[in-house]
Amino acid sequence: MSMLSRLAENLYWHGRYLERAEDLARLINVNANLNLDLPKRIAPGWEPLVRITGAAATFAELHDDTDERTVVRFLLSDPDNPGSLRNTLEYARENLRSARDLLPREVWEQMNSLYLAGEDALTGPLSKRRRHEFLRELILDCQQIAGTLLGTMSQDHAYDFILIGRYLERADMTTRILDVRADDLLPDELGELPPFDAIQWMSVLKSMTGYQMYRRHVRTRVSGPDVLAFLLRDPHFPRSVLFGLGALESLLHDLPGDDDQALRAVTRMERRLNEMNLEGIKGERLGELMDELQLEVADIDRCIRQTWFLAG
Amino acid sequence: MDLSNYRVEGFFDELTGPSGRPRVASRALWKYLKGLHPDELSDRRAACELASLTAGITFRVYIEDAGVDRAMPFDLIPRIIAASEWAQIQAGLRQRVRALNLFIDDLYNDQQIIADGVFPGELLENSENFRPECRGFSPPLGVWAHICGSDLVRDGDGTMYVLEDNLRIPSGVAYMLENRQIMKRVFPELFEDSGIQPVDEYCGQLFDTLASISPRPADYPNIVVLTPGMYNSAYYEHAYLAQQMGVELVEGRDLFVDDDDCVFMRTISGPESVDVIYRRVDDAFLDPEVFREDSMLGCPGLMRAWKAGNVAIANAPGAGVADDKVVYAYVPEIIEYYCGEKPLIDNVPTWKCGNPHERAHVLENLDQLVVKPANESGGYGMLIGPRSTKKEQREFARRIKADPRNYIAQPTLALSTCPTFAQSNVAPRHVDLRPFILSGAETFVTNGGLTRVALKAGSLVVNSSQGGGSKDTWIVDTEGA
Repeated sequence: MSMLSRLAENLYWHGRYLERAEDLARLINVNANLNLDLPKRIAPGWEPLVRITGAAATFAELHDDTDERTVVRFLLSDPDNPGSLRNTLEYARENLRSARDLLPREVWEQMNSLYLAGEDALTGPLSKRRRHEFLRELILDCQQIAGTLLGTMSQDHAYDFILIGRYLERADMTTRILDVRADDLLPDELGELPPFDAIQWMSVLKSMTGYQMYRRHVRTRVSGPDVLAFLLRDPHFPRSVLFGLGALESLLHDLPGDDDQALRAVTRMERRLNEMNLEGIKGERLGELMDELQLEVADIDRCIRQTWFLAG
Repeated sequence: MDLSNYRVEGFFDELTGPSGRPRVASRALWKYLKGLHPDELSDRRAACELASLTAGITFRVYIEDAGVDRAMPFDLIPRIIAASEWAQIQAGLRQRVRALNLFIDDLYNDQQIIADGVFPGELLENSENFRPECRGFSPPLGVWAHICGSDLVRDGDGTMYVLEDNLRIPSGVAYMLENRQIMKRVFPELFEDSGIQPVDEYCGQLFDTLASISPRPADYPNIVVLTPGMYNSAYYEHAYLAQQMGVELVEGRDLFVDDDDCVFMRTISGPESVDVIYRRVDDAFLDPEVFREDSMLGCPGLMRAWKAGNVAIANAPGAGVADDKVVYAYVPEIIEYYCGEKPLIDNVPTWKCGNPHERAHVLENLDQLVVKPANESGGYGMLIGPRSTKKEQREFARRIKADPRNYIAQPTLALSTCPTFAQSNVAPRHVDLRPFILSGAETFVTNGGLTRVALKAGSLVVNSSQGGGSKDTWIVDTEGA
């Protein structure tokens, strides 16, 4: 009996939403830290997070202020924000619900407690300290689900689709983070580098838990182009875009069918990534490159849907 | 705990006799309960609640249009029936379902029972569940209702009656199975050498029943459970049965019918053919080509495929024609006509409002009777005479006169009771019983069934949608014990 397309689709979206929830939690915590580390006049504030999550238009309709309280509430629990963390957790759970019999029971239970903890924390007011704690726990809970899957689930097609969703979402998020951050950080004129440049690049690494690994493997001081190269092209770091594409390639290889359009879309994106010249790159040009990569991600998503899911 | 004050006046009690002493089959349980320390008991109750919560045993109710998952209230004290009595009931249910299946097959084909004047043909004209689309067709083995859930009630003198037959998409069997799991976990010592008959063969028997109607008997059948989706009140059961049978749980959009009238499901490896569909979707939503065009829950072409013999559907479309309170009134005649035997289990005495004499009697006695519409389920749209206001009675009189064919009436039964945990003590609460009968190449009747219990003192409404709960049901072999 082969796997139902609908369930494959649900698991894929579960993988995407859970990764999205985790990345959003990382972004908020890292941004809070960064703002504490920088003098007010150059601190990025909170508005970049709205842009990273692609919700700028929605946000502008609802709010005038980009102060911390407004933005964070918008990102965490605003009912008018379809991409809020609360909604994301709900989608992650609902997509898992129908496919729960394909997974170890603990995974469903963990997803359920994660969702309930979210409902609990995100419905009332949340102090900064509690917020930080909650997001930290949420990241660990997401890691726990990933770990339970890795340690207890047969690596069958159900597992493949969760991972495909996870890696594609991660690649998407990485390019978004770089897009927005690089825009703020890479000066268009080769002038004076801002004194706090390194701190900000460190925070970009930290939003992807890449700081320690960067230190160990890249062995240079933290600078823009090196960080870019690491997050886009490092072959060993599990949150780099290229690593994710490699994982996608072998996962897609395993799937049934003789239509390899999705695989071709992945290799196209890999080629594009490898050919990119990151030397001396400037803000605007980087933005264009990241936009291109996001289009490639959207194309991979489209090919996957056409090949394995219910015809839309 | 102290059970010495447990007395039931005016009703038949399932566990105790008139003197308050336990019946033979319940002696062991009674003795055990008496010896149980109250603390011990509340521990066990907590364990039960936790067990059903973690298992996620829920049903969905709609309150002001919002769906809420409710836990099914479960009562610790089982309902007990002696194996000797159950054997007779099983025989009666087999007889009844056999006759009903012959009757449905006849209605859609020769209509001999109408020609012979035993069943009035005009009843079909406004029968809500008669499907003209099924005329001239007979499904594999001539079986239409593969899964039947008949509701049994016991009256004041201890007689068991059939209150209704559910032949469309009866539900509740998952609760029956889960209730037993919980009881075994919480009271293991009661199950050691007490002669309680097991219930867990059901899912295997259901699989065999469905496999026996596969159009490709030589191959391992590809069986699916078709659910309306996770917002349906019985979704928990759909998922449970699919999982226990090891078959796929599908929604309408997972299926398609090709130009050769074959059914396939959409998988990541491409289309995979489907042999048998255990559908938990109503007729009306099954196939937009034939029934409701706006249905998103079924699959266009299912009826074509079914009539071409390429797929089996359980229960068959149109089986609901016998799931009608007015047809119910004729079941004793139907059994005699097809089986040449007297019914082994009686109907509750029933007046048909379509008949002028009987209608007059009903209209004069609305304050005494229970009036039921022909095609409602779940206890909706009923009048319970003794508990109704004059205004409600006038309203029902108006409804009956406007559409007499749609109503039957029955005496208010003195439903039997079973000891049940109330706030702080054990008190009698009214119960009914829904056994399940499977018909395919063989016939199976569950050992017991789902006992539903009204949780409010004096209430007769046992439906889970209206606040009823359930109990484990024990068929106890007293000879071997």
